[in-house]
Amino acid sequence: MGMTMTEKILARAAARRSVEPGEILEVAVDLVMTNDITAPLSIAEFKKLGLERVFDPQKVVFVPDHFVPAKDIKAAEQSKIMREFALAQGAIYFEIGRAGIEHVVLPENGLTLPGQVIIGADSHTCTYGAFNCFATGMGSTDIAAAMALGTTWVRVPPTIKFVYTGTLPPDVGGKDLILYTIGQIGVDGALYAVMEFTGEVIDKLPMDDRIAMANMAIEAGAKTGIFGFDEKTREWLARVTDKPYEPVDSDPDARYQQVIEFDVSNLRPLVALPHLPSNVYPADELEDMPIDQVVIGSCTNGRLSDLRIAAEILKGRQVHPRVRCIIVPGSQEVARQATREGLVDIFLEAGAVFSTSTCGPCLGGYMGVLAKGERCVSTTNRNFRGRMGHRESEVILAGPAVAAASAVLGRVASPAQLN
Amino acid sequence: MVIRGRVWKFGDNIDTDVIIPARYLVTIDPAELAQHVMEDIDPEFASKVQPGDIIVAGRNFGCGSSREHAPIAIKAAGVQAVVAESFARIFFRNAINIGLPVVEAPQAIAETETGDVIEIDTEAGTVLNTRTGKVYQSTQYDEFIQQIIRAGGLMQAVAERVKARQQAG
Ligand code: SF4
Repeated sequence: MGMTMTEKILARAAARRSVEPGEILEVAVDLVMTNDITAPLSIAEFKKLGLERVFDPQKVVFVPDHFVPAKDIKAAEQSKIMREFALAQGAIYFEIGRAGIEHVVLPENGLTLPGQVIIGADSHTCTYGAFNCFATGMGSTDIAAAMALGTTWVRVPPTIKFVYTGTLPPDVGGKDLILYTIGQIGVDGALYAVMEFTGEVIDKLPMDDRIAMANMAIEAGAKTGIFGFDEKTREWLARVTDKPYEPVDSDPDARYQQVIEFDVSNLRPLVALPHLPSNVYPADELEDMPIDQVVIGSCTNGRLSDLRIAAEILKGRQVHPRVRCIIVPGSQEVARQATREGLVDIFLEAGAVFSTSTCGPCLGGYMGVLAKGERCVSTTNRNFRGRMGHRESEVILAGPAVAAASAVLGRVASPAQLN
Repeated sequence: MVIRGRVWKFGDNIDTDVIIPARYLVTIDPAELAQHVMEDIDPEFASKVQPGDIIVAGRNFGCGSSREHAPIAIKAAGVQAVVAESFARIFFRNAINIGLPVVEAPQAIAETETGDVIEIDTEAGTVLNTRTGKVYQSTQYDEFIQQIIRAGGLMQAVAERVKARQQAG
């Protein structure tokens, strides 16, 4: 019986020849990550063990990104705990001004490689599955244990294979594909399972779009999302690392819990209305939804290609007078590139705000918190109640094209409605 | 272990943002987190909940972020256990790791209401509703998870291993 790529990675990490879904394994981890919200708890738990050192400082990463540059005194205290611990351990640490959002920064620095097992105290750690590795989010205590042992326990998840066929229409990207998928299967449609993304549409899909899809696997309850390795992955990684890695592929006779096929040739740009990512509708069917704010950024859609899409729409246009448009690059590197390419000028001329890289508005931290009754179109990944501010505010999820078009028209809109 | 307590009932997909909103994630102090538990789904919950109470909910409880602050807030508010139709996987792990019993009992949910008193028997794998007298099956934990529970949480289990390793030299 064949194995899926996920089973192969886990078997290798557990020094086993084969594994089966449902088995509990202890696996070696290649990378352990925490951020300014989850690290203080991990560090407190780690310290209880009385150990001097983490298992391998070069495999432990700390990224301040959620509430930095510190939004208040308490946030400053939390990042200070992390900074001091990271530096004392000689671990990998990305200070602001040289970094950005963890799930943008780690791949950019060649830290997420095919075949690896990566765990992070952040639910969107699954993002790295775009690079053909097994990456999953855990809590702070699990991460503390892994920082001590260099291993973690996992139950081998079953895999659901998604096959996307047809041709992707214009203005439709990875975000629309994943919103569509979650809309079809629901927010617990892949509970405990791995979502393996395949098909002719995926073969042609750019890396940034794959990353956006893997990022939201957790929004379907999945343990992670994963993609095969191909020329696009190889090229992307060649720009950022010369480290060796071992890609994995699913066997033709691998077992799947389910195989789901979608013909996406007629897909239109989508949005997810409050308060679940599965509440999905075509953007152009919602003409009566005025908005107060637009956020373009985050670990889902804060990469250069996302900003290019937004800039193309905002170029020569103005953000609607009633709308606050906040653009947040996913990393310092994205900000530099966007500046070089003139995208930042386009945003500023259109009347948008361009911020330093941060999670800020995505989780209602700062830099765009919503008041009672306000509505925001956002390229982030969660529209739960109160996610971006007041519990009676609303977040509507979308890709960068819909977000930018909505910013111009002052209501939920698809790019085609601009003309 | 038998856990008996009064029920607070919630619906499906109770996410970590409503369990403990991000605006309170500037601390890891359990008592402070407990003051805001479930605030964005029921702003009065923190003042109504009594030590020993039990949360009962529908599908996918704890979906969303990996913030361990969520089970910590629930536990620190005095909630003894969470019974749900199903749990989001990171929340489930986090709860086990910090010693908050989480029990999957799909059949028990629909017929359980706020104010009921239920009795969870973790060994027997049952949930009894004392109002109706009905007994429901709950999912049994794997041996591996039971070990963590017996140790009192993940870090206690890890501490035992670290100690054994150090003694082995
Ligand atoms: S951008 Fe949002 S979803 Fe991504 S890591 Fe930051 S807070 Fe989490």
